[in-house]
Amino acid sequence: MDFLLPDFTPAYPEIFLLFMICVVMLADLFAGEKNRLLSFYLSLLTLAGCAFITYGIYSTEVRYTFSGMFVGDAMSDTLKLMIYLTVAAVLIYSRAYISLRGLLKGEFFSLTLFATLGMMVMVSASHLITLYLGIELLSLSLYAMVALQRESAVATEAAIKFFVLGALASGFLLYGMSMLYGATGTLHISELTKSIQQGTADHDIFVVGLVFVVAGISFKLSAVPFHMWAPDVYEGAPTAITLFIGSAPKLAAFGFVMRLLVEGLGELATDWQGMLVLLSVASMAVGNFVAIAQLNIKRMLAYSTISHVGFVLLGFIAIGENGYSSAMFYVIAYVLMTLGAFGIIMLLSREGFEADKISDFKGLNQRSPWLAFMMLLIMFSMAGVPPMIGFYAKLAVFQAVLEAGYVWLVVVAVVLALIGAFYYLRIIKFMYFDAPEDTRPILFKPDVRILISTNGLAIVLLGIFPQALMGLSLSAIQHSM
Amino acid sequence: MIFQDFVFYSLASVVIISALGVITLRNPVYSVLLLVLAFVTSSGLWLLLEAEFLAIALVVVYVGAVMVLFLFVVMMLDINLDQMREGFWKWFPFGAILAFIMTVEMSMVLMSKQFSSEIIQTPEYKSVDYSNTKELGRLIYTEYVYVFELAAVILLVAMVAAIAITLRHRTDKKSSNASRQIAVSRNERLKVISMPAEKKE
Repeated sequence: MDFLLPDFTPAYPEIFLLFMICVVMLADLFAGEKNRLLSFYLSLLTLAGCAFITYGIYSTEVRYTFSGMFVGDAMSDTLKLMIYLTVAAVLIYSRAYISLRGLLKGEFFSLTLFATLGMMVMVSASHLITLYLGIELLSLSLYAMVALQRESAVATEAAIKFFVLGALASGFLLYGMSMLYGATGTLHISELTKSIQQGTADHDIFVVGLVFVVAGISFKLSAVPFHMWAPDVYEGAPTAITLFIGSAPKLAAFGFVMRLLVEGLGELATDWQGMLVLLSVASMAVGNFVAIAQLNIKRMLAYSTISHVGFVLLGFIAIGENGYSSAMFYVIAYVLMTLGAFGIIMLLSREGFEADKISDFKGLNQRSPWLAFMMLLIMFSMAGVPPMIGFYAKLAVFQAVLEAGYVWLVVVAVVLALIGAFYYLRIIKFMYFDAPEDTRPILFKPDVRILISTNGLAIVLLGIFPQALMGLSLSAIQHSM
Repeated sequence: MIFQDFVFYSLASVVIISALGVITLRNPVYSVLLLVLAFVTSSGLWLLLEAEFLAIALVVVYVGAVMVLFLFVVMMLDINLDQMREGFWKWFPFGAILAFIMTVEMSMVLMSKQFSSEIIQTPEYKSVDYSNTKELGRLIYTEYVYVFELAAVILLVAMVAAIAITLRHRTDKKSSNASRQIAVSRNERLKVISMPAEKKE
């Protein structure tokens, strides 16, 4: 019956965040309608505080706490810092957008922070229940955020689709986990590995469990053939929420796959490798081909996300430190590009106008040369044109896959990436070579201008000097395996 | 042992028959009532497994709260059965093939040696003074305290989300605001006007 009080130190960021969420909710309640920006600044402050604490407790050793349910290591800390940065950028980008559309409510901020908490739980989970609860905390907040714009029929439809398919995916995931539990008798990820190594349980049961787990993960990652929700949700949700769904949760999903497939089921790598090859090729093919036909830019970016997920999965297929760290680099690069792309869509929109058609970008160069240049950088990066970060991310993933001996996979991926370049370049053509249909000036605040410039600059600089970020990813992976 | 077997098989057959009824009966209200029956009998099965707390929680939470709500919703909704049945036979072959494959796969796994009684031993019967509830409570507040707190946070999210999506301040209704009525002061309601007294003529 002896019980030692757990060591709370590794979980300080989570505890601080939960405390601050309650503060934000209460402060918003008392601040009332006129001081809504208080929640905005409090949320940014909270994220800064979390980053400060995470940086303070950062160390390269692996720390388990809460009876082995929580793990803090270099990977989780690095991913958490990236998540804070991304969420803060999302908040700054969306401020003008949400205040024009009546979404500037306390719930927007509290749900964003709740989702952030869910992501943090996911990346530092070392128990199947913790993983599951983390993903539920994230998904539930996201479902509600999509539905936040109550009067919009499209948003409500997107939320219902997202909710139903998300619940189905959770069911798959849980069913797979219950199989793994039935075969090994443990829910701890580290013990799961040991139990598989000893080979006491039947291999077939693991494979059946694995199929369900991989299906559940693919739903959450929006990999083909489990991708159907992504375009509808991206298109239907308010752009600020789309930006949030498309960015930070991908970092958490990377952590989730690392914890579950690599750390927990690494012994079954030969089994899941084949599954991921199928998912990856299908995602790259469907994503890149269908994106060509889209006229709505949010929908186009959703298909582009699906194709990028295929490239991220390539890193996992490569197995080994290089593969995982290149996948991590790719995810970070992808998040940077998504932030910029959706940020610009929001900047172009104004009251009663969403700027979500591709044709809305016509002649952007004449209306705002700087914004057009930033969009040019982002589109080049997404297409994988050197020297942008997107090029180096693809190169690193391809190198890792080549080392693993999948030459044909690299050839297929390169061809599909070339096909994908078409729809990115089309936007550039619209911006620079077409006459604008709408000549009204684009107004935005200086803080957003600084942010979008930093974002564009980061895409170029990290593409020219990728060593720092690559080294960070590699050391994060090395210290936690 | 024989008595327990008898109880198990009778409860299990009730569960299966009522579960079949849930998905085959035409009237949705009957379906919900049969689902209640399935829950109650399953909680009997859990009692046989000596999981008393879970058995009671199932009845209290699911039957007592969730299913009653469900019943109200089903009674209130006007469900058009013919519309729902449209296209049933068109899609039936696909569904049947998928269901068949799933059943075969699942039975292959569950019939495998791993889950046979040779590998998984029958758990020991606990003594009379063993408290299931106490053990669960101990685990929840010690080993599983982290996930317990997370579950609490998820409930908080559910509350925030439900309120954010459904709460609306209607301005067109004429309800009275009790707090404003109580907080009213004499000066707001009563206006004393000084006016010259009228003279009798």
